Amino acid sequence: MSENVERVLFTEEMRKTHTILIPDMLPRHFKLIAAIMRNYGYKVELLQNCGAGVTENGLKYVHNDSCYPAQLVIGQFIDAIKSGKYDPRNVALMLTQTGGGCRASNYIALLRKALARAGYPYIPIISLNFSGLESNPGFKITFSLLRKLVYAVLLGDLMMRLVNQSRPYEVVKGSADELADSWTAKLADKLVNEKGYNYKKVRKEFYNIVNDFTALECVRVPKTRVGIVGEIYVKFSPLGNNHLEDFLVEENCEPVFAGLVDFAMYCVYNSIADYELYHRDKLKKIAFSMAYKYLIKKQHHIDEALTSTGVFRGFCDFDHTRSLIDGYIGIGMKMGEGWLLTAEMLELIDDGVNNIVCVQPFGCLPNHIAGRGVIHKIKQLHPEANIAAIDYDPSTSPVNQHNRIKLMLANMETGKSEEETNTSDTREPLSV
Amino acid sequence: MKEKIYCLGIDIGSTTAKLVLLEDGKIIYSSYERHGADPRRKICEMMSRLDSLIGDGSVKVALSGSGGMGIAEELDVAFIQEVHATAIVVKKEAPDAKTVIELGGEDAKIIFLEHGTDARMNGTCAGGTGAFIDQMSSLLHVDNDEFDRMSLEATQIYPIASRCGVFAKSDIQSLINQGVSKENIAASVYRAVVNQTVGGLAGGTPIKAPVVFLGGPLHFCAGLRKSFADMLGLSDSEAVSPEYDSISVALGAAIYSDGENRSYSFGELLTLFKSAIDDNKKFVHSAPLFESREEYDEFVTRHKKASAEYRDINKYTGRAFLGIDCGSTTTKMVLLAEDDSILFEYYGANRGNPVDVVKTQLEKIYELSGDRITICGSASTGYGEELVKNAFHLDGGLVETMAHLKAAQFFNKDVDFIIDIGGQDIKCFKIPNGAIDSVMLNEACSSGCGSFLETFANALGLSAEEFAKRGLFAKAPAELGSRCTVFMNSAVKQAQRDGAAVEDISAGLCLSVVKNALYKVIRVNSPSDLGKCIVVQGGTFYNDSVLRCFEREIGRYVIRPAIAGLMGAFGAALYAKEERLSKSGMLGAEELVGFTHSSRSMTCKGCQNACSLTVNTFSDGKKYVSGNRCEKMTGRADSVSRGNIYEFKRQYLTSLGGGEGEKISIPLGLEMYDAAPYWDGLLKSLGFSVRFSKLSTKQTFYNGQFSVTSDTVCYPAKLMHGHVENLIADGAKTVFYPCCSYNFKEEGTANSYHCPVVAYYSEVLNSSMNSLKSVRFWFPYLDLSDSKRVLFGLKKFFDGQGYKFSTSKIQKAIADGEKKYAEYRLAVRTECEKIISDSRERGERIIVLAGRPYHVDPEINHGIDTLVTSLGCAVVSEDGIEHLGGLPEVNILNQWTYHSRLFKAANAVTENDDLELVQLVSFGCGIDAITTDELRAILEGKGKHYTQLKIDEITNLGAVKIRLRSLLSALGGNKKGGRV
Repeated sequence: MSENVERVLFTEEMRKTHTILIPDMLPRHFKLIAAIMRNYGYKVELLQNCGAGVTENGLKYVHNDSCYPAQLVIGQFIDAIKSGKYDPRNVALMLTQTGGGCRASNYIALLRKALARAGYPYIPIISLNFSGLESNPGFKITFSLLRKLVYAVLLGDLMMRLVNQSRPYEVVKGSADELADSWTAKLADKLVNEKGYNYKKVRKEFYNIVNDFTALECVRVPKTRVGIVGEIYVKFSPLGNNHLEDFLVEENCEPVFAGLVDFAMYCVYNSIADYELYHRDKLKKIAFSMAYKYLIKKQHHIDEALTSTGVFRGFCDFDHTRSLIDGYIGIGMKMGEGWLLTAEMLELIDDGVNNIVCVQPFGCLPNHIAGRGVIHKIKQLHPEANIAAIDYDPSTSPVNQHNRIKLMLANMETGKSEEETNTSDTREPLSV
Repeated sequence: MKEKIYCLGIDIGSTTAKLVLLEDGKIIYSSYERHGADPRRKICEMMSRLDSLIGDGSVKVALSGSGGMGIAEELDVAFIQEVHATAIVVKKEAPDAKTVIELGGEDAKIIFLEHGTDARMNGTCAGGTGAFIDQMSSLLHVDNDEFDRMSLEATQIYPIASRCGVFAKSDIQSLINQGVSKENIAASVYRAVVNQTVGGLAGGTPIKAPVVFLGGPLHFCAGLRKSFADMLGLSDSEAVSPEYDSISVALGAAIYSDGENRSYSFGELLTLFKSAIDDNKKFVHSAPLFESREEYDEFVTRHKKASAEYRDINKYTGRAFLGIDCGSTTTKMVLLAEDDSILFEYYGANRGNPVDVVKTQLEKIYELSGDRITICGSASTGYGEELVKNAFHLDGGLVETMAHLKAAQFFNKDVDFIIDIGGQDIKCFKIPNGAIDSVMLNEACSSGCGSFLETFANALGLSAEEFAKRGLFAKAPAELGSRCTVFMNSAVKQAQRDGAAVEDISAGLCLSVVKNALYKVIRVNSPSDLGKCIVVQGGTFYNDSVLRCFEREIGRYVIRPAIAGLMGAFGAALYAKEERLSKSGMLGAEELVGFTHSSRSMTCKGCQNACSLTVNTFSDGKKYVSGNRCEKMTGRADSVSRGNIYEFKRQYLTSLGGGEGEKISIPLGLEMYDAAPYWDGLLKSLGFSVRFSKLSTKQTFYNGQFSVTSDTVCYPAKLMHGHVENLIADGAKTVFYPCCSYNFKEEGTANSYHCPVVAYYSEVLNSSMNSLKSVRFWFPYLDLSDSKRVLFGLKKFFDGQGYKFSTSKIQKAIADGEKKYAEYRLAVRTECEKIISDSRERGERIIVLAGRPYHVDPEINHGIDTLVTSLGCAVVSEDGIEHLGGLPEVNILNQWTYHSRLFKAANAVTENDDLELVQLVSFGCGIDAITTDELRAILEGKGKHYTQLKIDEITNLGAVKIRLRSLLSALGGNKKGGRV
């Protein structure tokens, strides 16, 4: 079973011949990202395949003790290649690589091994990273591309937030998603085809989108808001979390997610913290401070748009969110989701969202620390917090996960009923 | 008269269904029954008995339990989450209760009632529940009542891994094989359940009395209640077992249903629930195992070809050879005639006591043999090899992989791959050139082995044979996944919920067994990986469904000898024959008459491993001690003391500390096993005295287990809680353990990270351990990769703490620390070089026991280092020989300091013939999921063996021993001779 895997580069010529496959982690964001990349001359396709084939191939070609996201993402790639839909000689795969002490920075290595085992050692893999880990002659992240990618993330965050706050209340079932889909298509088209579609226009678009969602027919009866935090893939990808968002909506709740831009700011901030804590690279600190300020400003822009019609709740200020971790976890805890995970839980509680599902791949290392590790303390200092830590894994049945989430929702109900019985003698409103 | 309204609560759990009928808030009927994997039919059956009670009245209904969720959705009736249901009942019936502990078939729950309701449920990876107790009692071949009664007569409790039922099971297995009494095992099982519930679930929240015990297992098992009360220190009045304890959830659901608006007549209700019984398969399933009866017949005929010769023992005269395979759950015996035909065979369960089983069969053999047959050789193999060999004075013993190889070669000389699925183990190995290579075993996890299928069959009220047969012609074998038993149980639950029949589950489980073996143990990519000529064996392959699934999954025909389950014994008999003795030294017929066997347990005081020993005494006065990790106290140690760098490191590290000045206490765990000399030198230089905690023991774990927040984090991390508790109990005022994202920078790495758990475990300790609030806990964030950065961090930290250390003083302290650290690393290297040259002189093998620095801890490695030396090899470590290798080319992002040492050490091994690498991997180590493949590639790329040992809280060294012995036998025995 020994193997020595040669790295295959994505060459300049491959830009024309090869289709780049991307796993669909965040449905809204990645559609836009794909559109932008097409605009830059890449042939790109987002993978939509799911089902037993994905898990099977993951199990077969990835070390079974590896994290669940690696198994899913790699399983999805191989399932797609085997499907016959693509010419294996003319595809490339793209995967994000964050770097850092989490084993997730080795997904690429795992994927490369898996491809070799599955008989496709010639397929090039492109690492999408911003820390100079691996580079390819045929794929360059230029400054202008990077800026466009930021637009996609911002627009994605905005729409995700809008859908989350609309879907539980929509009168016509599916209308919020439909609206978001039509906007995604429109934006993708503009990002690809419209000349001079710059940030000024994008920013204007924020308001157009918010206005459209404001006009969407909704009955805004109060519903319980449930926050979702955790490992980034399992948190966002319906494939990873067994459609958690849908489940919560069916359970009469409003799901609340922090945006992807928060994660970007977290990554950027870590280089600043590295300087503040240890006096590591000063130049890097200066550069990343600028990037951080840029992102903060951009998030304020979407926040302004989001709250402009008085219907939607905006984003929390990231500087404030970051400050919440004081006394819970150190800013130096920067592997995986690191301190951001703790910060997101605290941000939710700060915002009155006491019910939180903390999702993690089974055995996720950073989450031992920043997830499960701090929940005890959070509950001590915030007795109102109601947090369920749920593991995801190829063999965990959704029944089990749903039962645990229902338990959390029931805890919330009992908590609520106690408050109510203090004031009036009504029967417990228990229906879940 | 107003129409009578009844309230019906139904709780469908993983194994049982409970039903409660209330009239005016009083229970007028209740029942608790096993549903045998068919909950939908069962409820209807149970409900039909309510006819006369309800009569013309109407019924309100609510469902609860994991199995109830799906049905409630489907039928649109009320559903209440089970913990919530329990809370309703307890608050009504026992208002002053502070804590509820409820155990179900697969769930364990604690509900804290003091401040509102705070409920915890076991995570997805956690056994220690009702189904687990069922498994354990069937392992001991007693029913649950008997098991419970026995537990009350125990005299000693043995440590049993409490985290996961699967691990516990292997521990128990080894206790059984060691001859520990069933009474003690039963009580130890209960204690494991208690530890699991209390340690795993409470997560730092104190369990306050009165405690209400609920759920089936706590209802039926007095011993379990006692164990809980003992552990929690509860008086009789504080441990409450209400009469509704087994039906509490159903009762809660019934109370809850009162608030529903809808009510039904009895007829309506029954019709409604009957509509839930449907035969539409919605669960994921694969194709039937056999399309037709003909296909099955062809399959059977094909496999009949590999059969053994038999001879009538009553007519045979001459020499004979006996082989005994004392496995984990079954004992197998074969008596061979001179011409290798079988005279006698036996295959049966150990029933918890293999010695008795062997004795009975031996008597039978002697009786049948009369004066005609002389037994000229006997040998044993398997887990109980030593026990049986010592009890009956057998002539020899051999490692089971060798026994299997001998047997397989008998059937097919060209065999190049053997897979054996037994009761608890999956073993497989390649035979590239007639010698064993790449032994793979299912360590630390026995999911999907034979006993699992058997237990499942029993739970459904079927025999293993019947269960297997039903799977053959399943219309839709369920896809159940291939991981832990606990997960499989959940998957079965889900499939049942979606309408899978017993047939589909049987076939599905067989498929899971096969997939687990192929993708988890062997990690196969294609059939060509396995070999051309594959022999399958072990009792589990008697199951035709398993055999069929296996062939289909690898897309190739295999050979299943008709004596698939007897291969170990057959091989042992062949081995006995090779010995060419004139007469066996085994106990004769007369000696057997008076043969008795007793066992007692004691704790070894030879070293701080404190092994739980079982001393077996036989009627001839001969003793056999088991449970020992080394031979120190058993008198079997040989005179040569072999080099053991692990021992050297332990002595070096535990001699650190001391000094004058303000005391700083440091837990000796995780990174401290590498960096202790650094901090020792640094802190002393600053004028502190330093105190390290002692090496871990099991007690260390117990002392801290209550605050462990994540049950899936690695064992070395869990031990940290106990180390800190010990330091505080010892009067620590300041506890120090820094957070270091970046470790010391070493040559060739892309970065110098620690793993996230090692780097930040202080954060977990800080937020979860209440006892740390009473002391100062220092955990500054430091970057060890560069002394300037350490200086910056330390200066800032000590300034913040009000210590006025000058920059130059800290600078000097860092230099002192670095010097001490360099001395330590050099000492380890020098010692390793010395061990290597000494061993070379003696012609002994050298094992590089490679892992993380903290694997040196005896409680983490469970004495594997001494086990290696007792097998005749010297032990060196990865950090002692990495300098001999240099960094090889690796296919991963090489960014962790400790892991990078592994790659260099592996490279050194490839360059030295007499070095062999054995990697220790802690269960749950996410990063080793990446490094293990890489190490394998480096070693096997250069024609070396790769052996991996997974370790956890588990203390069963049986599998480890097999691996090591197989490795040594593959290497052609120890160079100095000495059979293994």
